[in-house]
Amino acid sequence: MELIYILVIPAVSAGLSLIPARRKFAPAMTTLGSLAIFILSLRTAFRAARGVEEVALMNWISCDSLGALVLLLVAFVGFTAAIFSWGYMEKSVAPANERKLQRYYARYNLFLLSMLAVPILSQVALVWIAVELTTLLSVFLVSFENTTEALEAAWKYVVLTCMGAAFALLGILILYWGMSVSAPGPFTWAGLAMASAQISPVLLKTAFLFILIGFGTKAGLVPLHTWLPDAHSQAPSPVCALLSGIETTTVLYTILRLLPILQAAPSIHVETWFMVFGLLSVGTAAFLLIQVKDYKRLFAFSTVEHMGIILVAAGLGSSAAQYGAMFQMVSHALSKSFCFFAAGSTLLTVGTRDITAVRGLIRTSPVTAVALMMGGLAIAGAPPFTVFLSEFYILKAGLASGHYVIIGLLALFILIAFCGVLFPINRMVFGKPTEPAGRTSVATTSIVTLVLAAIPVILFGLYLPGPLHELLRLAAASLGR
Amino acid sequence: MSDLSASFSVLIKLNALTGGLFLLTAFGMVAMRQVLASSNLFILQSILLAASAFLLGCQHASIHLFAVAGITLVTKSVLIPFLLRRTLNQEVYARREISQVLNIPTSLLIAVALTIFAYFLSSPLLSVADEPFVKFNLPIGMAGLLLGAYVVTVRREALPQVIGILSMENGAFFAGVSIAPGLPLIAELAAAFDVLIIALVMGLLTQRIHERVGTTDVGRMTSLKEE
Repeated sequence: MELIYILVIPAVSAGLSLIPARRKFAPAMTTLGSLAIFILSLRTAFRAARGVEEVALMNWISCDSLGALVLLLVAFVGFTAAIFSWGYMEKSVAPANERKLQRYYARYNLFLLSMLAVPILSQVALVWIAVELTTLLSVFLVSFENTTEALEAAWKYVVLTCMGAAFALLGILILYWGMSVSAPGPFTWAGLAMASAQISPVLLKTAFLFILIGFGTKAGLVPLHTWLPDAHSQAPSPVCALLSGIETTTVLYTILRLLPILQAAPSIHVETWFMVFGLLSVGTAAFLLIQVKDYKRLFAFSTVEHMGIILVAAGLGSSAAQYGAMFQMVSHALSKSFCFFAAGSTLLTVGTRDITAVRGLIRTSPVTAVALMMGGLAIAGAPPFTVFLSEFYILKAGLASGHYVIIGLLALFILIAFCGVLFPINRMVFGKPTEPAGRTSVATTSIVTLVLAAIPVILFGLYLPGPLHELLRLAAASLGR
Repeated sequence: MSDLSASFSVLIKLNALTGGLFLLTAFGMVAMRQVLASSNLFILQSILLAASAFLLGCQHASIHLFAVAGITLVTKSVLIPFLLRRTLNQEVYARREISQVLNIPTSLLIAVALTIFAYFLSSPLLSVADEPFVKFNLPIGMAGLLLGAYVVTVRREALPQVIGILSMENGAFFAGVSIAPGLPLIAELAAAFDVLIIALVMGLLTQRIHERVGTTDVGRMTSLKEE
């Protein structure tokens, strides 16, 4: 029943946000709603960690370990970003413009709803629609600031991802065809994984390529990543946290779901496709990171990099590597949303996205500076943060299974990206300020969000709680056949 | 028995005609300069998609496919053009593209190449099922998808790009009605709803760009890029 509530709550809070009430009503509604969703997802996840699959509606709405993991991430980031929106929107929307604020929260909730639906729905055709809706419901969040650049970013975003979605649609229809011809059954992820051995490999392969191109566009895989840094840098920062932290993750989740389905036909070499596309993304992102002049863009490119790492890890094949992939998914979502909260606080403090214009942040705004530095270290993969641990697992697992060249390249690209992220951030935080500036304060909700989002980023780098470990292990096991 | 097979062969011929016209509209979208004309071509293409669904419904004797034909007709050839008209002002429709990224003869040549590529991609798939309807619909649908993608890439005006995306979906569904006739009706309904939202969202965004930037020539919006 939890799953139904999880879908109903954001729809209700979206409606309530539009009520012309006091200014604080919509953000309070949204925060409460997303807290409720988070608690419900936590319950689902605990049950999934014990190996119980939550079924709300047979063959339509259900949640296994992999789904529960993604659901938990979406719910957590959705909750923290809702708190962060409070202070951020208060500052960036003019006090007189209440309508705009209400519309923001209504769209926020609808966007959250579409992302929650992706891991919960098990009917594959409906999953496609949910993925498409994540784009359509977030377009006006990307263009929210209504500047020329924001509109351009939103246009590129909607055009490229909708094109991708059309390709993925044909792929999914071909999968359905294969299933109805050779092994009729429910068109769900589990049903497909069972039936795939009977489906003709040529159908599987064509479907896979269409879906990989289609959803790969939306997950930001190179060479179809071009919209991602634009959209993820122009949107308001809480929305960036959603886009970069979890939207890409949920789409990647749908691609990862194909892995057990396609392993039924060894002639497709699905692992090789994953590793090639993954390495290409990591490498391209690492080199593009070096020349970035906008710090939100910096984090956006780092998303492309992390999507690549997860894909490589999933393609390595051994169960240890797949555990690493799942762990990397968790640490990416948590750290990246934290980074965008830090970047959003920085933007509110200094008023510019330009890296060279920000120097000596540690003097003008110590809180933001510490958060930004920590975000940079966390996402680049420095110990003791969670990304370090998950990348370490992946590299170790890859070496253990003998993929020396791939792991060598991966480690090299990660190292380049490490420098690419940390040099500019270091200069922003510790550089000599060009002009003396007074101290500026940070909104209370921003500080609350930063602390809240920092807890798992540090904690999971030092110690992984038992239930989460169990959930990761089960999710990784569901990727294998 | 002979009666039945005769009516089948008529259905197949009609479906082949529909498929041919469908492909022709996809080519037309590549070649048309006027924004209004490509919008009208989209309406025609949607009617052809509905016709193919109807013919397949006759062949499989499935009410389900008739429903799909009805949904397609209502959403794609009535509601979407209506929505686009409502959200956009007339100025956007009256525009005529002077410069595409490539000139039209070159574009048409590439379109031919893409169609051949679609046949090349779908020929190994056709060996799986020996159904006459799939033989027409799958390659033509795939060609419609690729041509739509091509239209989006070379067009600079906003509205033709929207129509390109909608025609990609048409292509996918043109293949879909033949290969996945048993797709749950709720999925079909949701997909139709989804296409409506695409039209609405992109129409509103186009209108906003028109108001803010003063033009709908989205091909010239290039302030965001890597140095």
